[in-house]
Amino acid sequence: MTYTAGIDVGSTYTKAVVLDQYDRIVGRALARTGFRLGEAARRVYDEALAEAGLAESDVGYVISTGYGRFQVPFRDLQVTDLTSAARGAAFFFPKTRTILDIGGQTMKASRLDEARKVKAFRLNDKCAAGTGAFLEKTARYMGYGTEEIGALAATSHQAVPISGVCAVFAESEVINHLSLGAAPADIMQGAIVSLGDRSVQLLRRVQMEPEVTLVGGILRFESLVALIRERLPAPPNVLPEGIVQYVAALGCAVLGRQRRQRSGASRPARPATGATGEIVSRGDCEECLLDGD
Amino acid sequence: MPYAAGVDVGSTQTKAVVIDERRRPVGRSLIDTGANVVQAAETAFARALQDAGILEESVDLVVGTGYGRYRVTFGNFQVTEISCHARGAVHMFPGTRTVVDMGGQDTKVIRVGPAGEIVDFCMNDKCAAGTGRFLGAAAAALEIPLDELGPTALRAEKPVPITTTCTVFAESEVLSWLGRGKKIEDILLGVHLSIVSRTMGLIRRVGIEPEVTFTGGVTRNIGMVKVLNDALGTEVNVSEDSHYMGALGAALFATDRTLGHYAGDQPAREAR
Repeated sequence: MTYTAGIDVGSTYTKAVVLDQYDRIVGRALARTGFRLGEAARRVYDEALAEAGLAESDVGYVISTGYGRFQVPFRDLQVTDLTSAARGAAFFFPKTRTILDIGGQTMKASRLDEARKVKAFRLNDKCAAGTGAFLEKTARYMGYGTEEIGALAATSHQAVPISGVCAVFAESEVINHLSLGAAPADIMQGAIVSLGDRSVQLLRRVQMEPEVTLVGGILRFESLVALIRERLPAPPNVLPEGIVQYVAALGCAVLGRQRRQRSGASRPARPATGATGEIVSRGDCEECLLDGD
Repeated sequence: MPYAAGVDVGSTQTKAVVIDERRRPVGRSLIDTGANVVQAAETAFARALQDAGILEESVDLVVGTGYGRYRVTFGNFQVTEISCHARGAVHMFPGTRTVVDMGGQDTKVIRVGPAGEIVDFCMNDKCAAGTGRFLGAAAAALEIPLDELGPTALRAEKPVPITTTCTVFAESEVLSWLGRGKKIEDILLGVHLSIVSRTMGLIRRVGIEPEVTFTGGVTRNIGMVKVLNDALGTEVNVSEDSHYMGALGAALFATDRTLGHYAGDQPAREAR
């Protein structure tokens, strides 16, 4: 019962992390979310437990986060994406004051105070042009898969300007560039530049303060990170691929360990499930004083 | 016999219309635009000539319109699709005061004056929400042919509210509703309602005045016609040729030029 777990049910991928009492990652797993959110959560949790060589009964506290956080039946608590990302980022970089989190269908920028509470945030979840889906679509228009984006962009010599106004309109733009002889790598890099510019705008809108930490699956692309680094006043904190996708799940596991220690060893009652399937962006947890946009 | 032709190179489909000296459509064609825009324009024109049973030499002037109008390399001049849709709509339905054009990537609302002149227009210029692509995304997600979307939606009993704005995310939303056991027809009606609700926003911005003429590729969708009629509280003008309205308008401008009635494009501002 000394272990804790975090489950991040994102719009595109679901991630799980299991931590031991010394805050060491002993298990982690990731899978496409699909449309059965509860099943995806169960699957990655089981995989992470198997990697850690643990049984479910060894885990004393489970916190869920992400857009499907209410669909995790085995959770003890759920927290918003902003809270979990803040906890996870601060775990690696305690001086984190601003977080940029880019996922498959959202982009979020948040600013923290000294106590690591979220003070301001902005998010884009209305338009695919500001999210990983934009890169995925651009790659697909050219016949490349998601897993090829990083390697493709890495071979670019000069980015082709992509307006990045709409992920659907980008298709005509991509086709036009291809027919004029542009290299797919340069078009891919153009899409990354457009996404990078949008993310820096979002950071400015929360009045970013150093240190800035980059989290979320889309920030595994080195050329995107390099571009953001160029545009920020001070170099941001960067996490390696294999960790950067798990920051929110890890933040949940860390938060779970702290709550367990505070409340003693007894397992608290499960929260009322409420209306499952509701996607809510209000604070669900007394740990956070957020949601004042 | 002085014929004239219009070629409308849209983002998704390319249309061509040939009209005779009495301005009656005698040949039509419709193909997917694809990657080679120049080729699409040539093919569409050749097929319309074939459909009319005439040779290229019989056509005095060709006018290009649509987003690829400058790729109509054989075109004598270009006219914006705003002008062409208005022109075609007023020609076919002389009482037209408002034109709603729903295409693959654009939805435009155009208000025209009594003489067919453009008074005002607005369009979705920033994003594909509320355009034919929204339907295309739903069709792809549900694996239904485009032609069956409308008839299927009309069988709905209880529409599912579609809340996403972005066409890319709508695909996920549609699938997630399906995963939660909603009926395809109810989801599809929700998709149609969502598009019409965005279109009504555009219509209110230019101000609505009857008669309303519906043009563009989405006119083939009887579900959209019905949902639009319900939202407007009036019957829109729609015909077999509504899909070709931009190309028809272009052909009419060509005839005007032949007769010396038309000097150049009207100063319609293009957003994209």
